[in-house]
Amino acid sequence: MTCSEFLKELTDYLDGVIDARTRAELEEHLTWCHECYVVCNTTQRTIEIFKDSQLYELPDDLRGRLRSAIMSKCKSHQKTGAVPKPDAPERG
Amino acid sequence: MELTQSKLSEASDELSLVRAAKAGNIDAFEQLVRRYDRNVFRIAQHITQNREDAEDVVQEAFLKAFQNLQNFHEQSKFYTWLVRIAVNEALMKLRRRRTGKLVSLDEDVQTEEDSVPREVADWAPNPEQLYNQAELHDILQKTIQGLPASFRTVFVLRDVEGLSTEETAEALDLSIPAVKSRLLRARLQLRNRLTKYFRRKKTQEESGDGQK
Repeated sequence: MTCSEFLKELTDYLDGVIDARTRAELEEHLTWCHECYVVCNTTQRTIEIFKDSQLYELPDDLRGRLRSAIMSKCKSHQKTGAVPKPDAPERG
Repeated sequence: MELTQSKLSEASDELSLVRAAKAGNIDAFEQLVRRYDRNVFRIAQHITQNREDAEDVVQEAFLKAFQNLQNFHEQSKFYTWLVRIAVNEALMKLRRRRTGKLVSLDEDVQTEEDSVPREVADWAPNPEQLYNQAELHDILQKTIQGLPASFRTVFVLRDVEGLSTEETAEALDLSIPAVKSRLLRARLQLRNRLTKYFRRKKTQEESGDGQK
């Protein structure tokens, strides 16, 4: 297996969705190819760091404001029936 | 077993909420908003890279979902359907900001960063601990901002939000091979870019300055 072949399978390998034979070939490649070993480990770390980073968490105050805005728009849509649907329930 | 059981009851609970909301129960819809607003905000921020736009996307996506609930035929999860709406709203925002510049999920750009990572330096053992949270967030933002929008979108859905490849393909109207190809490129490009900050350096611990 070459390094490019290894990289092509990297996503499935990291996601654990790969058949046993290909997995064995990839792992054999990793035993002697230090560069692919590093790429594999650090790509895994990249995913973990982004996943655990809490980047773009919604702050509580903004969350409350957004929810009130959403619900008030939904209520006014419901009242005015801005876009009536044929089988939408009758209101009021 | 417990996990499967709880997933099942979560799914049936979600379907009851959706059906109640369809029948006009606004409190049921509010519960759906509470359940997914954080996810929609995160997805919108990753795609638009702009806080105001992300706030708009959250509002518009939920309003659109509410207005079109009758068109949700329960063939997929409600969340996947909602994500699809949110992604479309976010891409529209991005288009408006970059007038004249095409922003599409079909974007499958080959860049020189693709395929063979040039930077194979190993990382420090716990590289994220070299930075405080604000610094780390800054690094991650800079890193992901540079990716094409289609790569960012696939990455956030698969790796941050944990959607399956199939769900991501459905939400983005892409084929499974297209999702996999974009995901691989996104992961490798992010890894390459992070290496600049996280590579193992002797001087890092000594000088306490690993950022430059």
